[in-house]
Amino acid sequence: MKLVVTVVGKDRVGIIAAVTKILADNNVNILSINQNILDGFFNMILLAEASESKMPLVELQSALKTQGEEIGVEIKTQHQEIFDVMHKI
Amino acid sequence: MITIDDILETNRMITQNKLDVRTITMGISLRDCSHPNIKQFCQNIYDKITTSAEFLVKTGEDLESEYGVPIINKRISVTPIAIAADSCKTDDYLPVAEALDKAAKAVGVNFIGGFSALVDKGFTNGDKILIQSIPQALANTDVVCASVNLASTKAGINMDCVRQMGEVIKRTAELTRDQQALGCAKLVTFANAPTDNPFMAGAFHGVNEAERVINVGVSGPGVVKHVLEDLKGADFSQIAEAIKKTAFKITRVGQLVAREASKRLGVPFGIVDVSLAPTAEVGDSVARILEEMGIESCGAPGTTAALALLNDAVKKGGLMASSHVGGFSGAFIPVSEDEGMIAAVKSGSLSIEKLEAMTCVCSVGLDMIAISGDVSASTISAIIADEAAIGVINNKTTAVRIIPVPGAKVGDVVEFGGLLGYCPIVPVKSEWSSEAFIARGGRIPAPLRSLTN
Repeated sequence: MKLVVTVVGKDRVGIIAAVTKILADNNVNILSINQNILDGFFNMILLAEASESKMPLVELQSALKTQGEEIGVEIKTQHQEIFDVMHKI
Repeated sequence: MITIDDILETNRMITQNKLDVRTITMGISLRDCSHPNIKQFCQNIYDKITTSAEFLVKTGEDLESEYGVPIINKRISVTPIAIAADSCKTDDYLPVAEALDKAAKAVGVNFIGGFSALVDKGFTNGDKILIQSIPQALANTDVVCASVNLASTKAGINMDCVRQMGEVIKRTAELTRDQQALGCAKLVTFANAPTDNPFMAGAFHGVNEAERVINVGVSGPGVVKHVLEDLKGADFSQIAEAIKKTAFKITRVGQLVAREASKRLGVPFGIVDVSLAPTAEVGDSVARILEEMGIESCGAPGTTAALALLNDAVKKGGLMASSHVGGFSGAFIPVSEDEGMIAAVKSGSLSIEKLEAMTCVCSVGLDMIAISGDVSASTISAIIADEAAIGVINNKTTAVRIIPVPGAKVGDVVEFGGLLGYCPIVPVKSEWSSEAFIARGGRIPAPLRSLTN
């Protein structure tokens, strides 16, 4: 199961570290990261493989969301399938 | 490999253009619940519904979270109660409606449909009891929806039922007058009703359906409008192509949710209903799509053609995206549930007569239209008859969900709340009577299907 993690918010030190620590702690492997800063706003789209995740998806989503709230960014985690079905025939 | 643009497009559709899965509806057969004792029958249906749908809401919530797409409603449809309860020795189905209400609340769904009768050709005793029970049933329950199929292309129009439904609607309005006649928002009359529709208030689980089934209704008028905003001045071929592509994408999300819900609940997948279902929120309107095509205000000349193109392109795009498409599948045109329609009624561009013309090419019919409480039962029946005639002759589903609000006059606005929205009172030409026409009763014969000019 692949995940798409989207992070948007005001830039600060340690956003990638905070997100990736949760993923690493739960045995979720990062496949790619696309990140930039636009007008002081942090944007990141991260693809990860979560088949061996220690946590069920719903709990992992909740952990990332809570972490995002603590550091002032919005973190959305989605099953990749929704993008696949919409954009691939 | 999925691209960044694809991810951003999907998430824009969800966050900015209000793409959602409107409903996951579980159809449940109640044909094995019948019993002469109504108390036992009610217990049987309560047990079957609460067992079958125990995990429906939780599954919907999990899918919403995992895929990041809102799943607004989780609902249940059941075998038409007039059939399921026909063997009960009783003259009132109110206890059945109350049992449905209790079961729906126990599993946490927001509506349960199927307090219904299929009488396009004639009435059984159960049908008669059900129709008589509708006003009190809708007044005494919160989440039960009722529907009556009173016409079909195969059988014609049951004009005895048409006459009766005008009175039933008036009585329902009277019994729920403290809530702006809210009972009527939960009551639909149909011609050619589909048996697998997941949308309320008209959902029921047809007798030709499986034991249990998962049907999903998608939505997304905002997404279609957004696409058209980038096509200023484009010709209609380009517009139709763009709508088809968008409908395809929307439907694929519905198909994914339906497939997963079906797998997790261990219930067969039925259909995806590819519909544009608006809400009263800004940015979620079918009327605004028509206006984006170049109509200044919905209801102006050209509206019917614009809607015909939209409805057809939505069907064509959606068909390829799902293994089974069903229900209504097209563009809904409810008034109170569509911000653009509400504005068009207020501005005077949209009348009930134009809405009737639009129902010839939309996916359903006259929907969520508030009218003055002074309009007589026979005039309401005549509106139902006109709408049924359009459905019967054109071999399509049509419906009437009309709300005669007691005490309200043209110029007033009534608020129903939530997804049901709000509605200015729509003028009806009720100063000319249709009473003698409706009083005749009988059946309008089934139409000829050739020489169709």
